[in-house]
This record gives sequence, structure tokens and C-alpha cells, in this order.
Amino acid sequence: MNVLEQTWKWFADPASWTGAGGIWSRLVEHLGYSGLVLLIAAVIALPVGVLVGHRRSGGNVVVGVAGALRALPTLGLLTLFALWIGLGLTAPVLALVLLAIAPLLTGAYAGVSAVDPVVVDAARAQGLTEWQILTRVELPVAVPVIFGGIRNATLQVIATVTIMAYIDLGGLGRFLIDGLAVRDYSRMVASMILAAALALVLDAVLAGAQKLLSSPGLSKED
Amino acid sequence: MGNLSTVGHLTWLHLLQSVLPVVLGTLISIPIARFAAGRRARGAGGRRGAGRVRRGVVVNAAALLYTVPSLALFVLLPLILGTSITSLTNVIVALTLYVVAMMVRSCVDAFESVSPEVLDAGTAMGYRPLRAFFGIELPLSVPVMAAGLRVALVSNISMVSVGAVIGIQSLGTLFTDGLRRDLMAEIVVGILATVVLALVLDRLVTWSAAALTRWQVRA
Repeated sequence: MNVLEQTWKWFADPASWTGAGGIWSRLVEHLGYSGLVLLIAAVIALPVGVLVGHRRSGGNVVVGVAGALRALPTLGLLTLFALWIGLGLTAPVLALVLLAIAPLLTGAYAGVSAVDPVVVDAARAQGLTEWQILTRVELPVAVPVIFGGIRNATLQVIATVTIMAYIDLGGLGRFLIDGLAVRDYSRMVASMILAAALALVLDAVLAGAQKLLSSPGLSKED
Repeated sequence: MGNLSTVGHLTWLHLLQSVLPVVLGTLISIPIARFAAGRRARGAGGRRGAGRVRRGVVVNAAALLYTVPSLALFVLLPLILGTSITSLTNVIVALTLYVVAMMVRSCVDAFESVSPEVLDAGTAMGYRPLRAFFGIELPLSVPVMAAGLRVALVSNISMVSVGAVIGIQSLGTLFTDGLRRDLMAEIVVGILATVVLALVLDRLVTWSAAALTRWQVRA
């Protein structure tokens, strides 16, 4: 229990929390990197997924692309880009955007394409334009599934941003890499407890947002 | 030649760390998911009361486990297991837990994709619960299960390499080593080997699933 005691002592020490390398600033860095990555990935993946889902063709391409992206090892891309582009924010952000695209793309596609065609046809019969069908019928109905993709992407990005510290950047992974360097296991444990807690809290927040944004009519039990 | 044997050895380690947890994790997930999906043959209609609570608890517990980053599992599990971070046991247990987190949901969906009427027909034909499970329910749930298995397998193969950051040997070692020695070729070889591994194993799952579900009409 020595390790846990040391970890606890580190958490209890106010000096661990404040300052340039403290927990709060690492947390802000972690959230900043993750937000940037998710924003870029969402701008690319969500419109494409929604559009392909609306057209109800080309689904195989989306599934294929997502599968291929999933097979790419993020750490490999990160190190490759780091050698290629140089150290800095561009390389890891690029690698992580590729990671986040797969769940966002499949979520958006699956959500929109799973909307009952009868509902879409009914909307079309009522004279809605394609744009209105998309924004007023398909997207509202697809919200839970699209949000599932967003939650999955967020979890993966939050988890993987920890390895950005490996190429001399900040974030909560900093404590892991620094702890590893000086064989301080308790600091590594602390780092991972923080990362896991952040993932749990963010997922809970997103689950709440999902509930608020989903139409009550969708959660009706059959 | 030295490099080739290194890559071969690392590929073997990578294979071990990605396949073993997927196999173990799936074998663990099936009974858990069957328990959560509940008895569907009797009173085939909607689920309510205890059954729904049970399903919710199991599925949510799996989702909760899934939120824990895999790297965190690598680091935190030795506290419970008493192993070192880089020991193979630790890595296999951590990744198995992760696969369970992903597969429980897929397996629940898979069991629920089996039509209750078919199960009722089995009961009417005199199938006992155990025979009905292995003879009807499990085979019929293969397609949905295989879809989840493919995602778990491919994600796992990519995830194994992350362990290299904390010194766990796999194809990911080529990434950390390549970065340290400024060898882009080494990293590219590592990426290619990982992708090939993922593609080959993914095909294997697809083929096996197709062989197990010969009754399905294929386009």
C-alpha cells in the first residue's frame, strides 16, 4: 500500500496542484489539446457522415475508411509525424484527428442512415425540402447515435492525449512520462487516476447533454 | 537480417497481446451478456422489471470500464495484481478487461438480435436450455457478435502499441525506438506491420463468421 500512500500524499500536497507544472495547468492543457483535436475532427467527419447517411449510398466507403483509420496505430502516426514535421503541436494533433475521425464518421453515418425511411418519405410527402428533411427530421432523430460517436471519440482522444507528453508536450501524461523517467511509480499512478477521472467526468457530462438534446419521443420503450 | 528477426519477434509479441485478450475477453463476455440479455424464450414480449434492471447494470458497468483509458489500466492494475507494469500477465489482463468492456455490449445486442419466435420453436421441438443455447441462440447471434469482435480486435491491435510508451514490448517499440534514433523507416515498418496484422486478423474473423453462418444469403 506504500504506492497508494505516496500517491495520496502527492495529491494532498497543495504544491502538486498549482504552478506551471501543477495538476490544474496540466488539466487545462489536456482539455485544450483534446478540444482542438475533437473540433477539427468533427468539422471534417460529421458533415461527411451526415451527408452520406442522408443520401443512403456510399455507406460501404464510410465503413471501409473508418475501419482503415481504426487500424492505424496512433502512436506510430504520432512519432512519424513528429520526425517529419518536427516537435510541436501540429504532429500530435494531426495523428489524433485521424484517430477521432473514425468514431465520429461512423456515428454520424449510422445515426442518419438508420432513420426509418418511412418517416423520411412522410416528411418528403408533406413537402419538406431535402435540407428541411435533414435538419428537422433526420438530425433530431439521429441525435442519440451521433452523440454516441462523439462520446466514443472524446473517450479515445482524452485517453490518447496522454501520450502527447511522450514528445515533450504537456497534458496529464506529463506526470506519467516524468514519473517513468525517475522511476516514481506513485506519480505514474496519480497521472493515470487523473486521466481516468477526467474521462469519467467528461463522459458523464456528454451523457447528460445527450439526454437534454434528444427528443423525448425517441426514448419511448416499445 | 538482425532487423528482420527483431520485427518478427515484436510481431509475435504484438500478436500475443492482441489476440489472447480478444479471445479471453470474448469468452468472458458471452456468459455475462447472456445473463444480462435475460430469458427471452419464455414470454417473448417486452422486458420489464428485474430483467431490465439487470441489463442496465451490466451494460452500464461495461460502459464505465470502457471509459478508463487503456494506458491507465496498464499502470493501475499492477497495484491489484502485484506484477510489474511490463509483465505479460499485466498487459494481457488489462487488455482482456478492455475487450470485455467493448464486447459485453455487442454480445447483448447479438443475443437480442435472435428472434424470440425461433427460440420458442426450439423449445417446442424439445430443445433443453443448454442445447437451445449452443444449437440455436449462439449460432444465430454470430453475425452481430462478429461485427463487435472486428471492432474490438482492430482497436486492440492499435492499442497494444501504446504500451511501448511505458516500456511494454510490441510493434509499438519500433515507434519509440524510431523516434529516439531518428529513424523514419523503422516507424514506417512498424505502422505497416501493424496495419497488415490488423487486416489479416480482420479477414480471418470475417471468414470464420461466414463459415459459421452458412445459412446467410450473401450479396
